[in-house]
Amino acid sequence: MAAPALPLASLEWRTSRRFWGVALLIVSAILFVALRNQWLLPHDDDAEFFKSLNGLRDWVDANRSSNLVFVLVVNTIRLSIAGLFDLLQGILIGLTWPGVTVLAGAIGLIFAGRRMAVVMVAGFLAFGLLGLWESSLDTLALTLGAVVLSLAMGIPLGILAGRSDRFQSVITPVLDVMQIMPTFAYLAPMALIFLIGPPAAIIATLIYAIPPAIRITALGIRGVSGTSVEAAVSLGSTRWQVLRKVQLPMAKRTIVLGVNQTIMMALSMVVITALIAAPGLGLDIVQALERVNVGVAFDAGLAIVIMAILLDRLATRASQRVDVRTRSGAAESTRQRRVVVLGAVGVTVVAVIVGQLVAGDGTFPDALRITFREPVNTATAWVEANLFGLTNALKNAVTGVLLNPLQTILTTSPWWLVGLVAVVAAFIVSGLRPAIVTAVCLLGLIGLQLWQHGMETLASVLVGTAITLLVGLTLGVLSARHDRFAAVLRPILDAAQTMPSFVYLLPAIALFSATRFTAIVAAVIYAAPPVIRLVEDGIRGVPATVVEAATAAGSTPRQLLWKVQLPMARRSLLLAANQGIVLVLAMVVVGGLVGAGALGYDVIAGFAQREDFGKGLAAGVSIVLLGVMLDRITQGAGGRPTGPGRPVAVVPPGTTIQAGVTGA
Amino acid sequence: MNGTTTPTVSVKGLWKIFGPAEHRLVGSADEALTSAELRQRHASTVAVRDVSFDVQPGEVFVVMGLSGSGKSTLIRCLTRLIEPTRGEILLDGEDIRKADAVRLRELRRRRFSMVFQHFGLLPHRRVIDNIAFGLEIRGDDKPTRYARAQEMLSLVGLEGHAGSYPDQLSGGMQQRVGLARALAVDPEVMFFDEPFSALDPLIRRDMQNEVLRLHHEVGKTMVFITHDLAEALKLGDHVVIMRDGLIVQAGRPEDLVGAPADDYVADFVRDVPKSHVLTLRWVMREARPDDQLDGPEFPPRTVIRTAVHAAAATDKPIRVVDDGRLLGVVDRAQILAAIAGLEDG
Amino acid sequence: MRGSKLWRLAVGATVAGLVLAACSAGGGGSKEPVKIAINPWVGYEANAAVVAYLLETELGYTVEKKTLKEEISWQGFETGEVDVIIENWGHPDLEKTYIDEKKVAAVAGETGNVGIIAWYVPEWMVQEYPDITDWNNLNKYADLFKTSESGDKGQFLASDPTFVQNDEAIVANLGLDFKVIFSGSEASSVKALQQAAAQKTALIGYFWDPHWLHAQIKLVPIKLPPYSDECYADPKKIDCDYPQYALNKIVSKKFADTGGKAYELVKNFTWTNDDQNLVSDYMTNQDMTAEEAAKKWVDEHESTWKAWIP
Repeated sequence: MAAPALPLASLEWRTSRRFWGVALLIVSAILFVALRNQWLLPHDDDAEFFKSLNGLRDWVDANRSSNLVFVLVVNTIRLSIAGLFDLLQGILIGLTWPGVTVLAGAIGLIFAGRRMAVVMVAGFLAFGLLGLWESSLDTLALTLGAVVLSLAMGIPLGILAGRSDRFQSVITPVLDVMQIMPTFAYLAPMALIFLIGPPAAIIATLIYAIPPAIRITALGIRGVSGTSVEAAVSLGSTRWQVLRKVQLPMAKRTIVLGVNQTIMMALSMVVITALIAAPGLGLDIVQALERVNVGVAFDAGLAIVIMAILLDRLATRASQRVDVRTRSGAAESTRQRRVVVLGAVGVTVVAVIVGQLVAGDGTFPDALRITFREPVNTATAWVEANLFGLTNALKNAVTGVLLNPLQTILTTSPWWLVGLVAVVAAFIVSGLRPAIVTAVCLLGLIGLQLWQHGMETLASVLVGTAITLLVGLTLGVLSARHDRFAAVLRPILDAAQTMPSFVYLLPAIALFSATRFTAIVAAVIYAAPPVIRLVEDGIRGVPATVVEAATAAGSTPRQLLWKVQLPMARRSLLLAANQGIVLVLAMVVVGGLVGAGALGYDVIAGFAQREDFGKGLAAGVSIVLLGVMLDRITQGAGGRPTGPGRPVAVVPPGTTIQAGVTGA
Repeated sequence: MNGTTTPTVSVKGLWKIFGPAEHRLVGSADEALTSAELRQRHASTVAVRDVSFDVQPGEVFVVMGLSGSGKSTLIRCLTRLIEPTRGEILLDGEDIRKADAVRLRELRRRRFSMVFQHFGLLPHRRVIDNIAFGLEIRGDDKPTRYARAQEMLSLVGLEGHAGSYPDQLSGGMQQRVGLARALAVDPEVMFFDEPFSALDPLIRRDMQNEVLRLHHEVGKTMVFITHDLAEALKLGDHVVIMRDGLIVQAGRPEDLVGAPADDYVADFVRDVPKSHVLTLRWVMREARPDDQLDGPEFPPRTVIRTAVHAAAATDKPIRVVDDGRLLGVVDRAQILAAIAGLEDG
Repeated sequence: MRGSKLWRLAVGATVAGLVLAACSAGGGGSKEPVKIAINPWVGYEANAAVVAYLLETELGYTVEKKTLKEEISWQGFETGEVDVIIENWGHPDLEKTYIDEKKVAAVAGETGNVGIIAWYVPEWMVQEYPDITDWNNLNKYADLFKTSESGDKGQFLASDPTFVQNDEAIVANLGLDFKVIFSGSEASSVKALQQAAAQKTALIGYFWDPHWLHAQIKLVPIKLPPYSDECYADPKKIDCDYPQYALNKIVSKKFADTGGKAYELVKNFTWTNDDQNLVSDYMTNQDMTAEEAAKKWVDEHESTWKAWIP
């Protein structure tokens, strides 16, 4: 009945949206010129508020060994997780390097087939050959520990969230915050509560890696066809029977995907926990960084990439075989499998025994070494020496044209003007709820006494996101349209997502100096791959019939792109923008390490100096506030629900290697 | 099928309201409001509005309606997959609304079962395990349930497919699995929720015949939901037509076609080939003195189509006889008019 | 079915056996290992490498090295994760908390190294502008140091937030036309200085000695007003040079009480800035591991370290 009226109404709304947007722009420009440099909230490093947060820290410090909660709960948790890590580490060391390598191959063989077995063995040998055997095993043990705990908690919570709308709506905002929260921001509180070392590292990793386990499990449970569940209920199943016989088996593939995500996220976070005394490859990278030796960092980074590829491929292939295996089901293949499993176990036993006899303390022989130090250092030196003029000019141009003007506007406007513009813009773009969230977040920033730094960071984040989107759109469109280009780009994206950012920070500093722009470059490298993938997926996802119809109507390729593919990929593009912002924001703290100052530096300072603890904590919360605000605004723009039904965030679909979300 | 037997399923004053006003609305003055008003005033929707009917043992009872008419909600209320707002549902005299969770499960496990529009098969289980599912969850041991499932498999004509997975079967075959699964628990009543609407027309016809055959062989009481009038008329011993949660008309197929209760039903049945549904009773006239009363003889419940041959073979009018009593006569003109679908008044 | 159960049992038993074998093989060790915190700069690592090498080869201890930031290392005294901090730069606040209040740590003498913090410029700038090394002339050259980050002032590059830095106060109180930008990490500062030397770009920044970078490029310190205790009385009013630090060693109370010969060695350890810069240079610019560097130095300096062995 109202159908014919609808398009008209939305047209009106759209034009009026444009009208209000322009009006807002003009009014705020006039206000900015008139009221510039008034109503500022200048930064004060010694704000009383920060000192009161320091008090919190001192309290924890003073009461750690007397407070009952700490003694009974925190310590117990810490000690049991330490025990878990020691156990895993002990097993890996005790198996000796031949044992571990063969065991890896055996696992590959049993769960993913012969080719994977070869890949696994090659990968583990590579750890040894790179001279990183022990570090790799430490990283592996930490990752496994965190993954085991993440799954042990995440899958049940995910099942709960999948079956109960109320629980889902309670846990979703918590997960949102966990995913937006920059990893560095909670390392300091972690170290404060759980002290330093593997337990704190595993808990920090757990916080980082558990959201996808919960989200994707819930998604899988919710994705189970309603009719199947209804059919089972109609036949008199109990809730438990429905879960065990219908929902879990049918959600298995999705849940395995979640397991895969969790592993990748855990691996990337474990690298960062080197900063709170976690052993492993991350530590090698941190040390290389401190010696300003990119080549050494590259070796360790390469080992991480290899480990990510191994774990990812293993989990992916294993999940694919889940179906094939249940299908083939015949007795004969079962017997064959038994032979394979027994053989694999046997060979592993032999390898362990040989290892015990031959390898002595179980470490990889020193004689065999491959390293990329020399070539990488040579290449880096060349780039640093010869491209500096170019990169310096680029940095100055972007800073002068984009960054500085934007930062000036944000930091010299009256605070209420910035807030007003943000809230009204949020309302125009996304509606009432995001506008309220925006207002709350900005007020929070003021309450935390970090308005000035928040605005500086916001300027960098906006510029970084703009560049990320530009790069992402360009490369995404190119890969969607040229298969060969996509094939070349894919491994580069995999590496860019998996390689810890610490590794490429040094050359970036050399080329762009210690500046905000360096931080932006690091953020773009980190955030662009998922954006590229989302854009490519979106464009490739446009139905072939529509493309055919447009081509039949005589569209040029350019018209096809602008009039059909991009508009139809709108949702993917908006999701890409959303992801871009969240990921750029995740790099704010890393930016503090390379001269970006503002909130990122506050967090690092809070982590390093006890008198800055309060400021660092407040800065960490501020980054989360900015993140929630930007996330809600862009989510609303996509017309996506912001409520319980929200799709899995920070996990772009259809990508293979997801280690992506490396905070470092 | 006379009034004295206890109905297998008896529904009395059943309501289902979705929305915040669910429990306030029934019995209040606002319960008479139209759907649009209710949505506006209470943000609630009445899916089933004061519905009552009886299903006699062994009959096929069809609920027909377009989408949104409340028929799917109704059938789910009967098994409490959706909790009714108010009313009584008696299964052999037992009010299943009073059953607690355990009793309800027991009823579902043994007394009734359901066939779904989108099959609701479990893709990770083989056909045989799908059929045995109901037996498995009620705790039957493996040999028992596989023997029974095997039996059902041949009953629905799927011998040799025991080891297949659902997605390896065609839609029609999948629904046969659904049928077998529902039959396996040997229920008293089977509920069908638009079971064939997702199938191709030809396969749909096969499956309808299959249901008729099974009904004939196993003699279950069946409650069947459909949006397809032809299907309703073909399968139903009794048919009710629903619209906006209300029962518009209830009766035998020929009652609906012959005497639509209102324009809505009339509109529905307009294109139905009347000669396929209407019985002689609907077209006979009183014998006039000049009629030759030695023509062929048929009982009044004979479908017109059946009498066509006899009518064609003779000039004399057909006599409609019940228990040796002459009720009336039908001559060629009336039969032709019915075949042509004319409203002869 | 029975076959499958048996089979599972067999596999399970084998795996359990493997794990057990692995665990029993993983244990071992006789003397309590010495846990040395590794603070993240190379000079520190040089100290630690040599001490660790001597503990292992001369006294037969095992050494666990744990890379930790300074503050976190101090926390480690309390948790038992750390026995030794082998190069400590001041930190009166931490000394107060952990030595005086909590009584979990103790000073174990000086390392012999003298820590110098200063403002540095690359050598080419001094050749070009000889009077730049006097702070009085800095404003004259402020324009040279302008960057995209510093607006219309000159840029002063401060460093890692872990370090003691008073540059903002000094700049303000000396009336210098500079804006302090934090590089955020030691690596950033090093890279910036390296590029400033290589590309002949202008740079002035916070840096310190001993540091291996001095073996690689020549940096010239700026003369600030001399240090005095009065000038440092109020951190907001500092307008003079940094003090020189006599670097010392901190150990956990437990290690001091029960560390035996290992503790003696740590306490006796003392050497010069040149010693440390040499070992650091081995590790950074000659691509040696810490062990290799320590071995090389120990082989060549027996007379120095003989005196430390208890």
